[in-house]
Amino acid sequence: MTDDVLLKVDDVRKNFPTQSKEVVQAVAGVSLEVHKGETLGLVGETGCGKSTLARCMAHLYDVTSGSVWFEGKDITKLSRKAMRPLRRDVQVIFQDPYGSLNPRRRVGSIIGDPFAIHNIASGNDRKKKVQELMELVGLNPEHYNRFPAEFSGGQRQRIGVARALALRPKLVICDEPVSALDVSIQAQIINLLADLQKEFDLTYVFISHDLSVVRHVSNRIAVMYLGKIVELAPTDELFGQTRHPYTRALLSALPVADPDTADSREQIILGGDIPSATNPPEGCRFHTRCPKARLDCAAGEPPLEPVLTDAYNHQTACFYPLTVGEDLSTAVPDLKAS
Amino acid sequence: MALLEVRDLRVSFDTPDGTVHAVRGLSYDVEAGQTLAVVGESGSGKSVSTQTITGLTRGAKVSGTAFFDGTDLITADQSTLRRLRGAQIGMIFQDPLSSLHPQYRIGWQIVEMIRAHDKEISKQAARKRAADLLTLVGIPRAAERIDDYPHQFSGGMRQRVMIAMAMALDPALLIADEPTTALDVTVQAQVLNVMRRLQEQFGTAIILITHDLGVVAEMADEVVVMYAGAVMERAPRRDIFYRNHHPYTQGLLASLPARSGDRLTPIPGTPPSLISLPKGCPFAARCSHVFDKCRAEAPPLIDVARDPRHQSACWLPHENSEAIAS
Repeated sequence: MTDDVLLKVDDVRKNFPTQSKEVVQAVAGVSLEVHKGETLGLVGETGCGKSTLARCMAHLYDVTSGSVWFEGKDITKLSRKAMRPLRRDVQVIFQDPYGSLNPRRRVGSIIGDPFAIHNIASGNDRKKKVQELMELVGLNPEHYNRFPAEFSGGQRQRIGVARALALRPKLVICDEPVSALDVSIQAQIINLLADLQKEFDLTYVFISHDLSVVRHVSNRIAVMYLGKIVELAPTDELFGQTRHPYTRALLSALPVADPDTADSREQIILGGDIPSATNPPEGCRFHTRCPKARLDCAAGEPPLEPVLTDAYNHQTACFYPLTVGEDLSTAVPDLKAS
Repeated sequence: MALLEVRDLRVSFDTPDGTVHAVRGLSYDVEAGQTLAVVGESGSGKSVSTQTITGLTRGAKVSGTAFFDGTDLITADQSTLRRLRGAQIGMIFQDPLSSLHPQYRIGWQIVEMIRAHDKEISKQAARKRAADLLTLVGIPRAAERIDDYPHQFSGGMRQRVMIAMAMALDPALLIADEPTTALDVTVQAQVLNVMRRLQEQFGTAIILITHDLGVVAEMADEVVVMYAGAVMERAPRRDIFYRNHHPYTQGLLASLPARSGDRLTPIPGTPPSLISLPKGCPFAARCSHVFDKCRAEAPPLIDVARDPRHQSACWLPHENSEAIAS
């Protein structure tokens, strides 16, 4: 493990039992490293396991197998108590600025919670620290005694950001932090997160289903499908030299706010729905919807590894990675035995 | 004459905190076979306006007119509205799960809907029609899946079922209120594709309500941009993106991550309260071009280009300014 690795997950799996005694494989063997100071984007559709993976990273879930390392220390099996000092270093910002704030508590006391829990400051000292935080995230410190309901959605997300930053964490996991916000407000929060990253040397794991947001904020992006990473690359590489057919389809499905592009491009419209995570397809999990699937895609599971011609840090899990400029809109799957 | 002509629609609700002016003088036309996108952020009044037109805002104070094929939907009685809804005006909403009854089979719900409007049709014929509709919207093995319950369908398939129901009686107008907002992007692409295909096939006019400018660019013929219950700008699709006039339209586009460099350019501040709106232009407090007149007097929606379909509610100079001044 090199020095600049802040967090590492190694072959992490997370299963959830269901009522019918089946098992949902939410995360099905993921390994990756988060480097100090970077923003790692996690992107994928509903049920791909991105949020579960993030919760495993923050040790909010116990993993089913595999390990999670923070600053070179295995935190996989730490008890709640042993985990507590680490909680200062790893914080989470959630999607729903309504659901993650207690409506009956005043904003000042919500933001002050971390200070109380970790016995850092009390009384007027705490109030002063909270008001500094409020100022930092663009809230009026005089609103210390207001309730969450008195704030707009964007302001509530600022409260969430302030609370997460209270203890000066090293890693902040942002789980769809702007998905519930209107576009003009979303841009305010994205800029705020960028400013704070610069000021406090933060490392972000940024989860979103919105590719254009992830593209804007991330240095590297991991694309997930049914509990697996299908492609992991620096942002420009991922968009410029897409290797995995699913990544390409995801990019192509994204509506672009530009009529000329919208009119001229060939969209790849995937057939069918995302298969169930209780019973994922054999072989490559994407082969049932892949426009260029072949017979061996259904037989074996492709590992996540670099494509020969690419830099080592561009990895994809596909037996037949796309070449640059390959037209996928006319591809036909061939699942017959030859 | 346009298929739907909305004129000076005003909708307000009395609440314990005061009167909420949700829609404040909205006018637009929807032409047959065309897609009108109504775009705006939360609380802009974009959904309330179509809900009012279709008689779904009980307890609201409503004024103005909305002529659909010669009938004023605002003054029409409930039985007329009920006849028009479904038969002439189809509707789909954001959340298909809450629009489908969980305890009845998909096919039964479509058949029920067809037979409510078509008293002549036999049960068998209606069932056949329901299966054909499901095929039409791309449900695989429709003849088998017609007897499934809603929970057996994925979100994207449920929205297809809603489209099938909305299209069952070949309506002239389809109102789609954030139809793909709850769907994943690859499924959204499928559903938008189905809507486009059906429009081509049947010549249905669509009012597409959305907050997503990407969806607007993909789907719209004309666009209405709403803010604080009023129209800020209205134009054909390309003009909204490439030759826009209103600072709010420009602000929305500039906020998009895809259009920016390193740093996004958000619109500062938050929308005004619809209970106590400021005097003058509702966008003045957040506008980077604001001047004294904006705070004193609300600008009317006027022609701002040679194309008479392009209008903007802003005091800033425009292509026609000189012609008006002289």
